[in-house]
Amino acid sequence: MVKSSMHGVFFIQGDIACAEGAIAAGCRFFGGYPITPASEIAERLALRLPQLDGVFVQFEDEIASMAAILGASWAGVKSMTATSGPGISLMLENIGLGMMMEAPCVIVNVQRGSPSTGLPTSWGQSDMMQARWGSHGDYGSISLCPKSPQEFFDLTVKAFNYSEKYRLPVFVLADAIVGHMTEKVVIPPVDELEIIDRKYTTRPLSEYLPYACDKSLVPEFAKAGNGYRYHTTGLTHDERGYPDMSEECHIKLVNRLVDKIRKNARDIILTEEHDIDGADVILISYGITSRTVVPAIQKARQKGIKVGYLRLITVWPFPEEKIRNLASRVAGFVIPEINLGQVGLEVERCAGSVARTRIVPHPGGGIHRTGAVVKAIEEVAHAK
Amino acid sequence: MQVIATRPKSLTDLQFTYCPGCTHGIAHRLIAEAMDELDMRNRMMGVAPVGCSVFAYKFFNCDMAEAAHGRAPAVATGMKRARPDMFVFTYQGDGDLVAIGTAEIVHAANRGEKISIFFINNAIYGMTGGQMAPTTLPGMKTTTSPYGRDEKDIGYPIRACELLNSLVSPYFIERVSLLSPQEIIKAKKAVLKAMQYNKEGRGFTFVEFVSTCPTNWGLDPLQAREWARENMLPYYKIGNFRDKGAEGGEK
Ligand SMILES: Cc1ncc(C[n+]2csc(CCOP(=O)(O)OP(=O)(O)O)c2C)c(N)n1
Ligand code: SF4
Repeated sequence: MVKSSMHGVFFIQGDIACAEGAIAAGCRFFGGYPITPASEIAERLALRLPQLDGVFVQFEDEIASMAAILGASWAGVKSMTATSGPGISLMLENIGLGMMMEAPCVIVNVQRGSPSTGLPTSWGQSDMMQARWGSHGDYGSISLCPKSPQEFFDLTVKAFNYSEKYRLPVFVLADAIVGHMTEKVVIPPVDELEIIDRKYTTRPLSEYLPYACDKSLVPEFAKAGNGYRYHTTGLTHDERGYPDMSEECHIKLVNRLVDKIRKNARDIILTEEHDIDGADVILISYGITSRTVVPAIQKARQKGIKVGYLRLITVWPFPEEKIRNLASRVAGFVIPEINLGQVGLEVERCAGSVARTRIVPHPGGGIHRTGAVVKAIEEVAHAK
Repeated sequence: MQVIATRPKSLTDLQFTYCPGCTHGIAHRLIAEAMDELDMRNRMMGVAPVGCSVFAYKFFNCDMAEAAHGRAPAVATGMKRARPDMFVFTYQGDGDLVAIGTAEIVHAANRGEKISIFFINNAIYGMTGGQMAPTTLPGMKTTTSPYGRDEKDIGYPIRACELLNSLVSPYFIERVSLLSPQEIIKAKKAVLKAMQYNKEGRGFTFVEFVSTCPTNWGLDPLQAREWARENMLPYYKIGNFRDKGAEGGEK
């Protein structure tokens, strides 16, 4: 039996890479429910976590799974769940509770064709807005989009880091292609990875307030069982963690939940850029789409259009500042995505009337036709 | 030439897409035969689950709707209450019925909804590729119980008939098996009874089929039957638990 997390060069499926990323990040609790195309993550962890004295529990549904990872997180153990569309929809209430409690944990969504049961064995990128706004209310949130099994590993580690650093449930938004494709994945030894753990308070018992925080806007944890008697609630609460349903308290709390992400956006936003300088048109993509559109970029360049490439590794928080800046330098943006226009709406919002935006939609179950993307690039480049 | 058996009218002409040796097909046929014999087809609405039988609406020749995973009894309740003149049945797997759908089945039974539930217990999640179900037997290896189901860790398999039999309202509860022609003939009787009570609007009727999933058990169809006989039948005892319509009334 393997007793530690594995390292080396592997030829593995994206879902397996994700599970190994969780292990490397220190996740020792998985609560989940089978669903295609995410089941392999659970299956891998059912095998691996017991080898590492971790806990794997298959729950009766996704509601219980999400609730359980909040419990594990609150008890001090890094926790995760993995699911797809219908499962995420069931988790949303508890995701909101996690946002309000500020419980670090990771939610992996291996997106399939939606809505409803949609295309269980095929892919989509249709839950992008759901990850941002799915649970009721205002809260800051983080979503990372891998384009390969390697990145599924890397970003799962990062997701845990952000969740611990900023204290919230963090999404990894993969899709059925990335989840099910098999590629080379390099897994470094754990001590070579940057692993962030939650900040435990060093204050004396009498001075500790569970939701008091400094300029970082992120409160410190107290370890369960260390006598702090700390508590948490989904009700609007004050620094003591006690319900306080006044307007004043609500304004302060909800703004902090949003601001702790907004004000730290620079640390959280990850992008990949090529040939942005001097570009007429910038193609913005994320996840698997950033690979399937490469031929379209090449074709458009052959036609003499200067096309830049911007890949959003972090989709939420949305890189507003970057898009606003770019908007004044280019003719416009082309956004192919496997939905009918979700992240594209954000680009449109930031570009305003300064630059043109063209969403290239696809509802899922297939990938963009190169011709459709080239056409959109041409339209943006040549429109008057 | 004398015709002694034909395809029930309550099944479409489509060939089943279930794996060879899977008992889903047999259960479909029994339900369809009962619909024919009781002349219920034209007023029947079925609810297909999420699971291997998610395509049941292609096979049953009556009005059919899919439900979200586990919610068939709630959908069926909506149908029956909205249209009391119609007959309603659900067809559900074990993951569907006693994992994610536990609340819905218990509460539909407790309300005594006048619907029939047909429950396929194959001790595993078929559709999603062989994960552990709430009915998976102790020690049984599945993709999410790779070291064998440990009852100390995850509990004992849930017996749906016994669970529902603790409620006052259900009208008819029976567990049958589909492992041999004799057992299938017996199973047919239970299905007919449930449907008859359904037709008469008597109350909540529930039939559990001890079934096989050769594909995810990793056995051929005959071995699967033997495995089910040796391992499932001692735990999931065949028999009638409740028949309020029988002489002597409630058991
Ligand atoms: C909310 C939700 N979670 C998970 C799934 C994925 N899913 C589809 S079928 C299924 C299990 C089916 O197993 P079972 O009910 O035992 O029926 P069988 O396939 O064995 O006939 C699951 C978990 C889903 N569709 N919706
Ligand atoms: S996977 Fe199992 S339950 Fe599903 S059709 Fe095949 S044998 Fe039947």
